[in-house]
Amino acid sequence: MRIPILKLHNYLLISIQIDLDDQTAIQFQEDLLNKIHASGATGVVIDLTSVDIIDSFIAKVLGDVVTMSDLMGAKVVLTGIQPAVAMTLIDLGIHLQDVPTALDLEQGLIKLRQELEE
Amino acid sequence: MDFQSCVNIKKEWDIVGARQLGRDIAKKIGFGTVDQARIATAISELARNIYLYAGSGKVCFEAIDDMNHKGLSIIAIDEGPGIEELSQVMEDGFSTSGGLGAGLPGVKRLMDEFDIVSEQGKGTEIKVVKWLR
Ligand SMILES: Nc1ncnc2c1ncn2[C@@H]1O[C@H](COP(=O)(O)OP(=O)(O)OP(=O)(O)O)[C@@H](O)[C@H]1O
Ligand SMILES: [Mg+2]
Repeated sequence: MRIPILKLHNYLLISIQIDLDDQTAIQFQEDLLNKIHASGATGVVIDLTSVDIIDSFIAKVLGDVVTMSDLMGAKVVLTGIQPAVAMTLIDLGIHLQDVPTALDLEQGLIKLRQELEE
Repeated sequence: MDFQSCVNIKKEWDIVGARQLGRDIAKKIGFGTVDQARIATAISELARNIYLYAGSGKVCFEAIDDMNHKGLSIIAIDEGPGIEELSQVMEDGFSTSGGLGAGLPGVKRLMDEFDIVSEQGKGTEIKVVKWLR
């Protein structure tokens, strides 16, 4: 299973719609980095509205994606994290402190534009 | 004791299967979305540990329905190598695999009861309970 990555101007947009297994998560990480490289995208929005569980493994993959993309020159914003997922992450002791987040896709794009203009 | 069902953990995909079944059962018992997410996440951590460190095992679910107590009891059992440093693994950040080491201490915080029995060379059994409030 592969997660589709859409390109819009200089941005890449991803909406995760499935229950992520480890293999799919790792594949997504690789696909996204390749796509950033190939497209020269400067910003990425990963929308998690449909994700109803983030465990320690997926949290690690998402955190790594943000760091790796940053190294490649693309800013990542995570959007749409459900309240239940946010509470679960705190119980797990995962704070995703350095990860930019926004309420929804639209706010995510605004945040990206602001960060990239600074 | 209402019903008991188990998911065998052999392949990576079984981690997803276990947490989906667990979430369904939690929903049927009457848990709200936040507790459903907590329960599914705890199952995911326990099942992944079995897959990663023991190779195979199983996760079993049991609905608890006493007179004044409703809840879900989950047991994760494997016959893997066991855990050497039990006190260490319950500390945040301890991992032998480069993970976040959030798994077991996280499961303890996500659930209401947590019991672990592990014997080197014999395996590990972790029992957790979430009560319906
Ligand atoms: N079922 C098991 N059998 C043998 N060893 C285990 C088992 N479960 C956990 N362990 C050991 O306990 C350590 C801590 O487990 P824990 O789930 O807390 O963290 P992790 O799996 O290393 O990282 P994370 O879960 O954050 O990705 C593991 O690194 C492993 O050495
Ligand atoms: Mg673990």
